[in-house]
Amino acid sequence: MISARGLRKSFGDFEAVRGIDVSVRPGVAFGFLGPNGAGKSSTMRMICCVSPPSGGELRVFGMDPAKDGPKIKARLGVCPQEDTLDVELNVYDNLFVYGRYFGLPRAEVKGRIEELLDFVQLTDKAKAKVDDLSGGMKRRLTIARSLINRPEILVLDEPTTGLDPQARHVIWDRLFRLKQAGVTLLLTTHYMDEAEQLCDELVVMDQGRIVAHGTPLGLIQQHSTREVAELRFGVGEHEALAAKVEDLAERVEVLPDRLLLYSDDGEAVIEAVHSRDLSPVATLVRRSSLEDVFLHLTGRTLVD
Amino acid sequence: MTDYADSAPATPPTAPAGLVSGALRMGDYWLTVLARTWKGGVITTFVTPFFYVLALGVLLGEFVEADPATLEGADSYLAFVAPGMVAAHAMTIAFSEMTYPVYGMVKWQRIYFSMIASPLTASHIVLAQLGFLMLRTLFACGVFLLVLAPFGVFETWWGVLTAWLVQGLVVLAFGTPVLLFSLSIKGEESFALIFRLGMIPLTLFSGTFFPVANLGPVLEKVAMASPLWQGVNLTRMLALGEIDWALAAVHVGYLGLLAGVCWWLAVRRLGERLVS
Repeated sequence: MISARGLRKSFGDFEAVRGIDVSVRPGVAFGFLGPNGAGKSSTMRMICCVSPPSGGELRVFGMDPAKDGPKIKARLGVCPQEDTLDVELNVYDNLFVYGRYFGLPRAEVKGRIEELLDFVQLTDKAKAKVDDLSGGMKRRLTIARSLINRPEILVLDEPTTGLDPQARHVIWDRLFRLKQAGVTLLLTTHYMDEAEQLCDELVVMDQGRIVAHGTPLGLIQQHSTREVAELRFGVGEHEALAAKVEDLAERVEVLPDRLLLYSDDGEAVIEAVHSRDLSPVATLVRRSSLEDVFLHLTGRTLVD
Repeated sequence: MTDYADSAPATPPTAPAGLVSGALRMGDYWLTVLARTWKGGVITTFVTPFFYVLALGVLLGEFVEADPATLEGADSYLAFVAPGMVAAHAMTIAFSEMTYPVYGMVKWQRIYFSMIASPLTASHIVLAQLGFLMLRTLFACGVFLLVLAPFGVFETWWGVLTAWLVQGLVVLAFGTPVLLFSLSIKGEESFALIFRLGMIPLTLFSGTFFPVANLGPVLEKVAMASPLWQGVNLTRMLALGEIDWALAAVHVGYLGLLAGVCWWLAVRRLGERLVS
């Protein structure tokens, strides 16, 4: 569906994307995980044919975005980071006018709107002004709009950023259903839980480069331990205490507010810490996540 | 609740075959906008022209005892000022439609960005928007001319008809540069500049309310270089039946060239704003 070889994007002297290779197969939910400024959105914009690549090769449906932008865009669904809805039109009209941009007959668009409003649970809001919708509803409407043309690939740029937890779960549920229905999903996120929930395959991006590629579980197995013991001491003590516990785990990461001890048995690590007369204010044992993968690969956290 | 139902036979989404077919896909968008905004436009379209004609043409015009020889062929001040007001009305619509609404589509609601994510391009978007502007202006100016008709200021039916059609060109000659301006500015405060230094002086000093000869030989030439005088003079010649065809051709060429060049630049500028 999508292939990129040595893909680059520069804005003046700034290199946003520094030569990435990506291949997305049909039916896959493919994620770009990374912090803000990693080059995820720039990559998405190139795939969506609204940002010409500065170098390398990019093919979407086997076509070149520089030459066949409109043909590619006809088959894509785009859910941008910021809602670009017409807030002065109602929910129904936002979908209707958008369907017409794709050359779909009016009757067909109308039928499609009914399906989509039902799918995103906005049927009873069809005549509501967009301005009156909650943030989560606007996001669902944007997703519905991006599905109006029955896209073969749905591109979602940070689909749940800025939403409350409940609204995020509703979006995840809808996206999961799309995935089940065989729609190829391409999403960027800086939320590890979102990537873990939705992605079959993902790349971790940092400073314009891909630093890892695999399945969420595979990446965790490859780059982290099974468990993580988190120790919280007094403010400013973590750096000094790291040396006292580094032999208890395979790896120790020092964060401003806690120590992370990577081990396959987190409880055993906590016990060993206590046996050394160290008294953390709080402890927690959890499974490793993509956050830990990112921290290991880049030395930084995903959400600063 | 249904799932993501995808079973119905679907027309495949396509890229538009040409410029016009792409712009026509946006017809429903602009009709929807019209359905939402027409009520607010009723007063400016129907009532304002009548007030202007009454106040300036009829009531103020009573005090104007000018020699018809100085009124460029008009029998009365009303007959002189009426065609000028029609062209100025077209210009005003261009300014009001191509400033804040356009800026909002780039900056506030960012609707242009949703349009460009579809198979449409900047060329389609600009053609649809200017096409809608032209139709809307022709309607508004048509109403204005109908309001004027009972005052007996027109000479021939075909003169009025061509004067009406010319407003399509007048609005494009202003709509395209203002569109270009709105796509290029960084902040909305710049609009104060083109309203105060552009629209208002043009309205007052481009031959709408008095012959530009009154300005003196130097300023007269300056006024004649303005696009509004070109539009006003063309409209007036056609409405009064006093046509200098060579001059009319110059007016059409001037307005057409201005509109054409700015149209091309606006498409480029919109493309730069949306695709980067």
